[in-house]
Amino acid sequence: MSSLTETNRLVGSFTPEFFAAHLASVSHLPGWWLDRKRAAYEQFASLPLPRRTDESWRFATLAGLRLDGYCRPAPVARADLAHAPVELAQSGQLLFANNRLVARENLAAGLAERGVIFDTLHHALQHHGDLVQAHLLAQPVPPGAEKFTALHTALLDDGAFLYLPRGVDLPAPLVVLHYAHGAGAAVFPHTLVIAEQDTRATLVDCFRSSGADRHFACGRNDLHAGHGAQLTYAAAQTWSRETLSFQSNATVVRRDARVQSLNLHLGGRQSRHESHSQLQAPGAQSEMLALTVAHGQQEFDQRTLQTHQAPHTSSNLLYKNALLDQAKTIFSGLIVVDADAQKTDAYQSNRNLMLSDDAEANSLPGLEIQANDVRCSHGATSSRIDPEQEFYLQARGIRKGDADELLTFGFFEEVLSQLASEALHDSFRDLIKAKFRK
Amino acid sequence: MSLPPDAATLPPPLDAASPANPVMGIDQAAGNFSYKMDYEFDAGTGLSEKTVRYISAVKKEAPWILEFRLNALQQFLAKPLPTHWATPDLANINFDKIRYYLASGQKPKRTWDEVPDDIKRTFERLGIPEQERRFLAGVEAQFDSEAAYSNIKDVVAKQGVIFANSTEALREHPEIFRKFFGKVIPTGDNKFSALNSAVFSGGSFIYVPKGVKVSHPLQAYFRINAENFGQFERTLIIADEGSELTYMEGCTAPKFSTSTLHSAVVELVALKGAKIQYITVQNWANNVFNLVTKRGVAHEEAEIKWIDCNIGSRLTMKYPGVVLKGRKARGEVISIALANDGQHQDTGAKMIHAADETTSNIVAKSISVGQGRSTYRGVVHIPKHLKGCKNNTECDALLINTNSRTDTYPAITVRGDANSVQHEASVSKVSEEQIFYMQQRGLTEGQAMSLSVNGFVNDLASQFPMEYSVELKRLIDLEMEGSVG
Repeated sequence: MSSLTETNRLVGSFTPEFFAAHLASVSHLPGWWLDRKRAAYEQFASLPLPRRTDESWRFATLAGLRLDGYCRPAPVARADLAHAPVELAQSGQLLFANNRLVARENLAAGLAERGVIFDTLHHALQHHGDLVQAHLLAQPVPPGAEKFTALHTALLDDGAFLYLPRGVDLPAPLVVLHYAHGAGAAVFPHTLVIAEQDTRATLVDCFRSSGADRHFACGRNDLHAGHGAQLTYAAAQTWSRETLSFQSNATVVRRDARVQSLNLHLGGRQSRHESHSQLQAPGAQSEMLALTVAHGQQEFDQRTLQTHQAPHTSSNLLYKNALLDQAKTIFSGLIVVDADAQKTDAYQSNRNLMLSDDAEANSLPGLEIQANDVRCSHGATSSRIDPEQEFYLQARGIRKGDADELLTFGFFEEVLSQLASEALHDSFRDLIKAKFRK
Repeated sequence: MSLPPDAATLPPPLDAASPANPVMGIDQAAGNFSYKMDYEFDAGTGLSEKTVRYISAVKKEAPWILEFRLNALQQFLAKPLPTHWATPDLANINFDKIRYYLASGQKPKRTWDEVPDDIKRTFERLGIPEQERRFLAGVEAQFDSEAAYSNIKDVVAKQGVIFANSTEALREHPEIFRKFFGKVIPTGDNKFSALNSAVFSGGSFIYVPKGVKVSHPLQAYFRINAENFGQFERTLIIADEGSELTYMEGCTAPKFSTSTLHSAVVELVALKGAKIQYITVQNWANNVFNLVTKRGVAHEEAEIKWIDCNIGSRLTMKYPGVVLKGRKARGEVISIALANDGQHQDTGAKMIHAADETTSNIVAKSISVGQGRSTYRGVVHIPKHLKGCKNNTECDALLINTNSRTDTYPAITVRGDANSVQHEASVSKVSEEQIFYMQQRGLTEGQAMSLSVNGFVNDLASQFPMEYSVELKRLIDLEMEGSVG
């Protein structure tokens, strides 16, 4: 009896029957992928849930990680979604709901002819098997992410696949929407980007709930930036306030390539985000940005890893959190400089703006450095709005409430202004405003 | 003033034939020493209830202390090694091969003349001339487990200060010490505080009466002199309202081929408006596991300052902490660590804010030489509904050689919008331009490097009492020898 209870706790709703039903629904996909999924499910089911003594889950509310009460969601039609269009000029769009594609806007003229593939993962698995096999979930998992990465691999149904052949420069962003719809829906969003040499592109991931139901999301996005590629990845997470969310990222940056990623975290009850940038060859650059507005009883847990594996690489991380009400945030970052990765330039910064007396901010900024000729530093601050700045504005006739709002947006602007696209900047700022004014 | 005990590691090598360091060409045998000792009491190797009862019986302790020890032993045995976050090197400690108590049996001495000749000889080798020792305000020199020498200058005694070893203090002044003993660091705080609580011996217990400003710094000095012999000293300092005290400790240990363990517990209590400054220069031999728990409680408007300098040992894990319990209490940790080949300095600080308007400051500087590894690990905690708390943390790491290693693992928790915390860390190497400039002016590369490293820690070293900062400089010079080229 006790062993049964134990098994239930480890897998929650994601029982062997759940997995079998999922596997049956994707049985037309290649055998190697199905084999990987089976192995991943075994791993998920056998791994323990995060424990209090796990350093990689320090400060997280483990009681919130219960995995039961979720289901395989029914297919949903586009008409049933509470869908708000993304106000951006776009090169193409894929819209997923409950793990399946429900709508698409095809690539802008001429791109498909030049070899750009922007399609579903199902399509890519069947038609570009080798390319997918070499890149799909191919990167090492940072500590702490094992169980949920295994769950994602086991239950990943469909997602977005972007391939940019050498020399392609996309004029406008590509947009991928991932919706969860219906009570208890479990979704597994996935975005895989493979950018070959000298390409340039921007991709926007939107994670949304249709309605206010309770959802489970366990997503992943992998970015591969080849020699000299310039990738911008922006994600806006606005899951329902009852959602339990895990999202992980693996970014690989090759010689002279540059990846900029910005994650905006607004939704969810408890959300964990893991991001790992690997700088693999000289000249590689990674810019990791995040903005979080936490209110009510929300908990946002962000874990980052910047791995410098080659000399002459740079990374710059700036994570900003604004905390209201009884919200809680955790930032845990680590810069790793491998032996002989000389001339590394790495920075990591976590700024917490405390807007409530009941909020809690945790910072764990870490460094592990094994080379001496490097520039590495980090900073973490937690404080309220600077009273002097507030006073300055009030002295000029601006009411306190307005002054605070201006200063808070000024706090966010440092991150948002890093986005080169003004339209993207404005759309993200509007999302923050919408949440802030609730 | 004299050079304090640790300077002893500086004189020319006694054992010229010992092999030079294989990696960096540093002669690590420099300053090693050891004497054959006759021990009157020896608890044997290994740890069991019998060992604990033996120690307690030898010390003729009150029943409550024995009970305290036995309870601690159970907690020690029950606790796992903290290898889920700490270095796996901890697993190399063989608790069964350690001697938990050795004593030569003599009572603490009051005058220099009463100190046995062979012990005097050891001090001689440590480089502290007898003449100069007389000037020291008070030396409670811990020779293995027992205080072999103690000479509190009349001035201090006349001020009403109690300065005794742990056995003596618990026997003669239980009314003062029992109240705070084991309260700042509970037995079960961690595996090694439990171990210390089970087998502690020696250490200093100090009580400074209300309003007394102790004019001379008090000193104690520890060394380990037997193979596989762990040193488990216990220190408790109580500074009553408005009093002030500076305490210094330094440690050296002779080098043996198998690892030894040093696991101390140091508790400080600064009552309203009191100030305690606790200075450590740690220079154990490179085979010693140095696992120390140090914590102070600062009451209203009190101030506790830890100055902690770690140069020796194989593995040091030490995070001096201050619990800021009263309004406007202040805590400070100044930490310098130098890790050479085969060494891991895992040091840091803990600041637990528990009252309004408390402030804390942490400045940590580390130097990694050769394959040495230095780690900063810290906790800053500001719980709910406190107002006006501030913390400032700065960590700077200097990496000397290509593959020297440094890590930084701070953990900062802040609740509420009325407090502010800032943390900064940076990593750098010695500026080539500086070295070039100094070489232009006739210094060798090694001298230039030494000077540069001393410059890196200078702003912290200048906060040390003079003799300690001189000693620190000499220790750095020694460690930097052969680190370039």
